[in-house]
Amino acid sequence: MTLFERSAKELQELVHSKEVSIADLTKEAFDRVEKLDGDVEAFLALNKEKATATAAELDEVPFEERGPLFGLPIGVKDNIVTEGLETTCASKILKGFNPIYDATVVKKLREAGMVTIGKLNMDEFAMGSSNENSAYKTTKNPWALDRVPGGSSGASAAAVAAGEVPFSLGSDTGGSIRQPAAYCGVVGMKPTYGRVSRSGLVAFASSLDQIGPITRNVEDNALLLEAISGVDPLDSTSADVEVPNFAAALTGDIKGLRIAVPKEYLGEGVGEAARESVHAALKVLESLGATWEEVSLPHSKYALATYYILSSSEASSNLSRFDGIRYGFRAENVENLMDLYKQTRAQGFGDEVKRRIMLGTYSLSAGTYDAYYKKAQQVRTLIKEDYDKVLAEYDVIIGPTAPTPAFKIGEIVEDPLTMYANDILTIPINLAGVPAISIPCGFENGMPLGLQIIGNYFDESTIYRVAHAYEQATDFHKQTPQIWEGK
Amino acid sequence: MAELTKEEVKHVAHLARLAITEEEAEKFALQLGAITEFAEQLKELDTTNVEPTTHVLPLVNVLREDVAAKGLDRETMMLNVKEQEAGQVKVPAIMD
Repeated sequence: MTLFERSAKELQELVHSKEVSIADLTKEAFDRVEKLDGDVEAFLALNKEKATATAAELDEVPFEERGPLFGLPIGVKDNIVTEGLETTCASKILKGFNPIYDATVVKKLREAGMVTIGKLNMDEFAMGSSNENSAYKTTKNPWALDRVPGGSSGASAAAVAAGEVPFSLGSDTGGSIRQPAAYCGVVGMKPTYGRVSRSGLVAFASSLDQIGPITRNVEDNALLLEAISGVDPLDSTSADVEVPNFAAALTGDIKGLRIAVPKEYLGEGVGEAARESVHAALKVLESLGATWEEVSLPHSKYALATYYILSSSEASSNLSRFDGIRYGFRAENVENLMDLYKQTRAQGFGDEVKRRIMLGTYSLSAGTYDAYYKKAQQVRTLIKEDYDKVLAEYDVIIGPTAPTPAFKIGEIVEDPLTMYANDILTIPINLAGVPAISIPCGFENGMPLGLQIIGNYFDESTIYRVAHAYEQATDFHKQTPQIWEGK
Repeated sequence: MAELTKEEVKHVAHLARLAITEEEAEKFALQLGAITEFAEQLKELDTTNVEPTTHVLPLVNVLREDVAAKGLDRETMMLNVKEQEAGQVKVPAIMD
């Protein structure tokens, strides 16, 4: 077993009683990576030398100057830049890229005294939902090594589920934190758009992207979100709103809570086990004093088309910076500048990334702009209004995070209804910009299932309060994958 | 609208600065055609007078005081540049 089965609070107790040092915790992370990552394949780069030196320095800091996350190890998704530590977005086009500054969230982790262990695999440029789109490796699900961890923050969820690190950061553009958290049986939060600075997050779709925490329990998640939140002069879309003490919201009291359950979330394509786990969760919440009613989010069916057009359009613009000139891969034996651009991009990007760049370029080009891009932005308004209406009357919206547990590596989900359900459960939340969490809520044939709790703008506190009350009443989060045994 | 010709795909690839082979153009024509056909469903919705949402937060302009701040130094900026000369970024000929 590992030290990392403990919560942040329990780890701090061990450190304060001098049973373990921060150097021990850092060493434990690298030992776990050594033992498990040959199977899980979560890490793309390790920060061993620097992390070890940092840990020794942190051990000298007086206890009274330390916060709740001080000295604890964390893994960072590879689309978040880390000064001096290779950052590739799991793409060949950024192979060898050595960032010259830290993302704002990385600065905040350092200010909180956290120790960065390494960089975590993902689908290339966060485009995908299985980690099979990485140019480097396919991360495995710790619960069954022949299954995907989800994506795009698949390795961020897998590393936490495998107990390699107790904390990680992911990013979520259309479900990329919540779906892998569900598949790996951990807690993953996509905060309100604007809650966390995107400065230093390599942009995929700027109006949808948001960085968020992945952890093994709700309280740790709340602590980490507080540490990374806040307005930032380097991101003009970060919101100038108060950052609450999220952990203070974990009162266990949800009496009188009003829950909305959209019928679209439990429709065709959602598996029986996922459906039953949501109904069982609603019973638990009712027993704690909440009430629930069925509602409708009528524009859900249009979310996928809207998402594909908007996210691809934004991506085609954002990814134009990768031209082989200032950083990353550069094609050789070219004729002229135009040829350098075209060859670098053709050789550096994978197929899925090219497809989305092409779709986005097409959607934005003369003659199609109004029919696709503008139309999709108008439909986005209708989708957002669906959520505004429901959240004006209810405290939270609840449904499954994904229609099924993790699928097998190489398996193509062919049932169009399952594919459709996969998308409508997470994508509209990014289009609306509201916050949502996935927490463990059951198993199907030994594979974890996730419960999704969606809240109002900047009301992550209520989401955490509900998630924590549910967690206290259940023990799904306490289970660990078999891979832990004997390691 | 949904059908994309190979020529259209090649034009889009040029706009996106992607070198593309004949086979790829054919493959992308089919794939992009399928996706745009799927996107046609948005036309079912009447969006007359619906404001487009570019962004979910009620932000207009974010301004700061016009105060000079030190940028990154040149050596740092050039760290990842593959081809350089005398502190300048070097590129191949722009004209043939």
